[in-house]
Amino acid sequence: MFLAQRSLCFPSGRAKFLKTISSSKILGFSVSAKMSLKFTNAKRIEGLDSNMWIEFTKLAADPSVVNLGQGFPDISPPTYVKEELSKIAAIDSLNQYTRGFGHPSLVKALSYLYEKLYQKQIDSNKEILVTVGAYGSLFNTVQALIDEGDEVILIVPFYDCYEPMVRMAGATPVFIPLRSKPVDGKRWSSSDWTLDPQELESKFNSKTKAIILNTPHNPLGKVYNKEELQVIADLCIKYDTLCISDEVYEWLVYSGNKHLKIATFPGMWERTITIGSAGKTFSVTGWKLGWSIGPNHLIKHLQTVQQNTIYTCATPLQEALAQAFWIDIKRMDDPECYFNSLPKELEVKRDRIVHLLESVGLKPIVPDGGYFIIADVSLLDPDLSDMKNNEPYDYKFVKWMTKHKKLSAIPVSAFCNSETKSQFEKFVRFCFIKKDSTLDAAEEIIKAWSVQKS
Amino acid sequence: MRGTLAAPLPALAPALSPCCFGAEVAEPGLGPLKGTGTAATYRVYLGTRGEAAQAGLTMAKQLQARRLDGIDHNPWVEFVKLASEHDVVNLGQGFPDFPPPDFAVKAFQHAVSGDFMLNQYTKAFVIIIEPFFDCYEPMTVMAGGRPVFVPLKPGPIQNGELGSSSNWQLDSMELASKFTSRTKALVLNTPNNPLGKVFSREELELVASLCQQHDVVCITDEVYQWMVYDGHRHISIASLPGMWERTLTIGSAGKTFSATGWKVGWVLGPDHIMKHLRTVHQNSIFHCPTQSQAAVAESFEREQLLFGQPSSYFVQFPQAMQRCRDHMIRSLQSVGLKPVIPQGSYFLVTDISDFKRKMPDLPGAMDEPYDRRFVKWMIKNKGLVAIPVSIFYSVPHQKHFDHYIRFCFVKDEATLQAMDEKLRKWKAEL
Repeated sequence: MFLAQRSLCFPSGRAKFLKTISSSKILGFSVSAKMSLKFTNAKRIEGLDSNMWIEFTKLAADPSVVNLGQGFPDISPPTYVKEELSKIAAIDSLNQYTRGFGHPSLVKALSYLYEKLYQKQIDSNKEILVTVGAYGSLFNTVQALIDEGDEVILIVPFYDCYEPMVRMAGATPVFIPLRSKPVDGKRWSSSDWTLDPQELESKFNSKTKAIILNTPHNPLGKVYNKEELQVIADLCIKYDTLCISDEVYEWLVYSGNKHLKIATFPGMWERTITIGSAGKTFSVTGWKLGWSIGPNHLIKHLQTVQQNTIYTCATPLQEALAQAFWIDIKRMDDPECYFNSLPKELEVKRDRIVHLLESVGLKPIVPDGGYFIIADVSLLDPDLSDMKNNEPYDYKFVKWMTKHKKLSAIPVSAFCNSETKSQFEKFVRFCFIKKDSTLDAAEEIIKAWSVQKS
Repeated sequence: MRGTLAAPLPALAPALSPCCFGAEVAEPGLGPLKGTGTAATYRVYLGTRGEAAQAGLTMAKQLQARRLDGIDHNPWVEFVKLASEHDVVNLGQGFPDFPPPDFAVKAFQHAVSGDFMLNQYTKAFVIIIEPFFDCYEPMTVMAGGRPVFVPLKPGPIQNGELGSSSNWQLDSMELASKFTSRTKALVLNTPNNPLGKVFSREELELVASLCQQHDVVCITDEVYQWMVYDGHRHISIASLPGMWERTLTIGSAGKTFSATGWKVGWVLGPDHIMKHLRTVHQNSIFHCPTQSQAAVAESFEREQLLFGQPSSYFVQFPQAMQRCRDHMIRSLQSVGLKPVIPQGSYFLVTDISDFKRKMPDLPGAMDEPYDRRFVKWMIKNKGLVAIPVSIFYSVPHQKHFDHYIRFCFVKDEATLQAMDEKLRKWKAEL
């Protein structure tokens, strides 16, 4: 890779350079002691190097493991989505740079769609930003709007990247857990998990810059209802804070539930950034396209971060996504529309996995949305004595289960800050956006396991 | 949502000319943005608890993070916008206007139509993306760093001869004087955008010795590593003694395979530095698109088999671009532009001093560097787009380098012929 041949000689100035070099050689290179200081990392990433996905993804990479861990579909994306990308790969101009803040046909499709959902006009150039996945939107939002010394409220459990992103911006995360109502024999639902309004208000103060909301929620699957969102909105307005609303699972809502956008509540549009994801919308997580929608006076700062980081997202993927959107936008009332068909398909899978977990005596929390389900697994009670001691129960459990039962999942305490880990350490998260054969394999493992125990 | 869609959907978006892209920035640098209602006042009624109150949009606390101070402006806005508003031949922004090589396109098609699991997340930590040259400054500032600038300066050239990018050199004393105990990193770009300079071994050894002497990390942007002409060789500073452990070397699929829209780049370096980049990666974008990476991998595999052979893209493509370069150099001279022959990269710069002497008073803002005013004039009156070189310099040095403009020659034959047509007209009007 390094072509170390001599360059063509240009006589002027060479002698001067050579003289300088030899004199500096005399100074010697005894700098190894100093080296360690200069080569340390910037303070902003101190303590943020560990990432649980790396560990668990590596564990699950063994092909004999049934992977219900990391949240990506192993079902095929819709055919027309793949076909669009294939066609577009051959179009010359679409292999070159496009508009930095979002490919024109994509932002037009997004504004067309979301204008209907928000019931307001959305400027495709000024009020939408296309990013590298929803991750990119979260990063841009936090870097743009969160400063050192700010406080940001995170609702536990939370998608794990929120905390390091907030810390990387020099801000302090403030945590509040969802708490379950007692269930008394009826089926445990994600809607049983709520925020205490007084406790929530106690977390707001003059330093609070934002709250990060995630609905439908990962990992619980909670779909916040109108009253719950109103409480949050009231507090944002009262304390003059921003709301960062991660709505990547917005289409994955099951019967009897409705996804509501907090940005549509009175007083909220001007203080909310709403984040969406192509990966979750069209089951193409590898495309890494997401978007932020909000008022220009906020989006423009996200755009500043964009132009000073990645500058622009991949062109062919954006064009393909735009075409895929138009196909489904044209048939939003049709059951064939992916926005309708996918949640129907997933609801069946959800019910299947709920039934499976219940049948072996586990207590799943039935999600109202999203494609994850969490369950208290302590009843399975395996012998975890040969696992690392200083880890939470669910970490040990998942590692043991992956190794010995060839089934992987994600420990829910990975979505908690250190203080709240113990509240959630009996819970494990399973992803069910998987093909039937994967769920069949998981079923076999779980059933055999419980037979073994009895 | 109930009911049918009221209006017919817009027709499929045509493949838009990329010249318009990058035209906007968060905060266009020069004057208020036309059409925006300044700080729009969003008056809303707060219906909570029966109170009706009016709320403006301003927060009591500062809205945006302080790290964005001073970096919201971006120089591209004006020139790219102008290019889209006039009937022009766009030799400004640096992207090829011809397709990537067939094997790369096939690789991408293969990647997007093959294993459907490539539509899902890949393993992380494969590639870190770095865009254009002008960004080094705002990126440094955004990280709370402080940029310290040291210019390449042109040596004297004989009358009647054309200069070469090799003629542009660092003053070694001046360079050495910029290093202090607080210097953390040096950013090198070879082949250089906009000059096309390919740093020689001796020049790299000078930089290397200073980096080692002062214990500095070298960040080397080598995206144009394959674009070298006239038998020049690209040398990676990381290959010099003592440099691997302190160098980060950046590459780009967009420039390697003429597929800038794929947005795949990479950084090579020792693990003790790379681990920190991985931390940022996992806390920012986490992954890059899977299929694009698969297509790049396949394209590299093909090239590896042909490495050094005449049929290698890395041999053929620079040969073809050298012809484009030479064509452009001949053509531009016909109107009195004085090209500096680039040893590498997509670009060449031309000296416009003669124009500055003959037409010193071109319209523009007060204190606007001459080259910007010249480019705007050229776009509007001659239908050619170039980029003023002063935007690639720090603000205090811009006035010393306001007599060069940058052309991109990595363009289709048809584009170069269109350029010739514009130049013929221009010459006739001289």
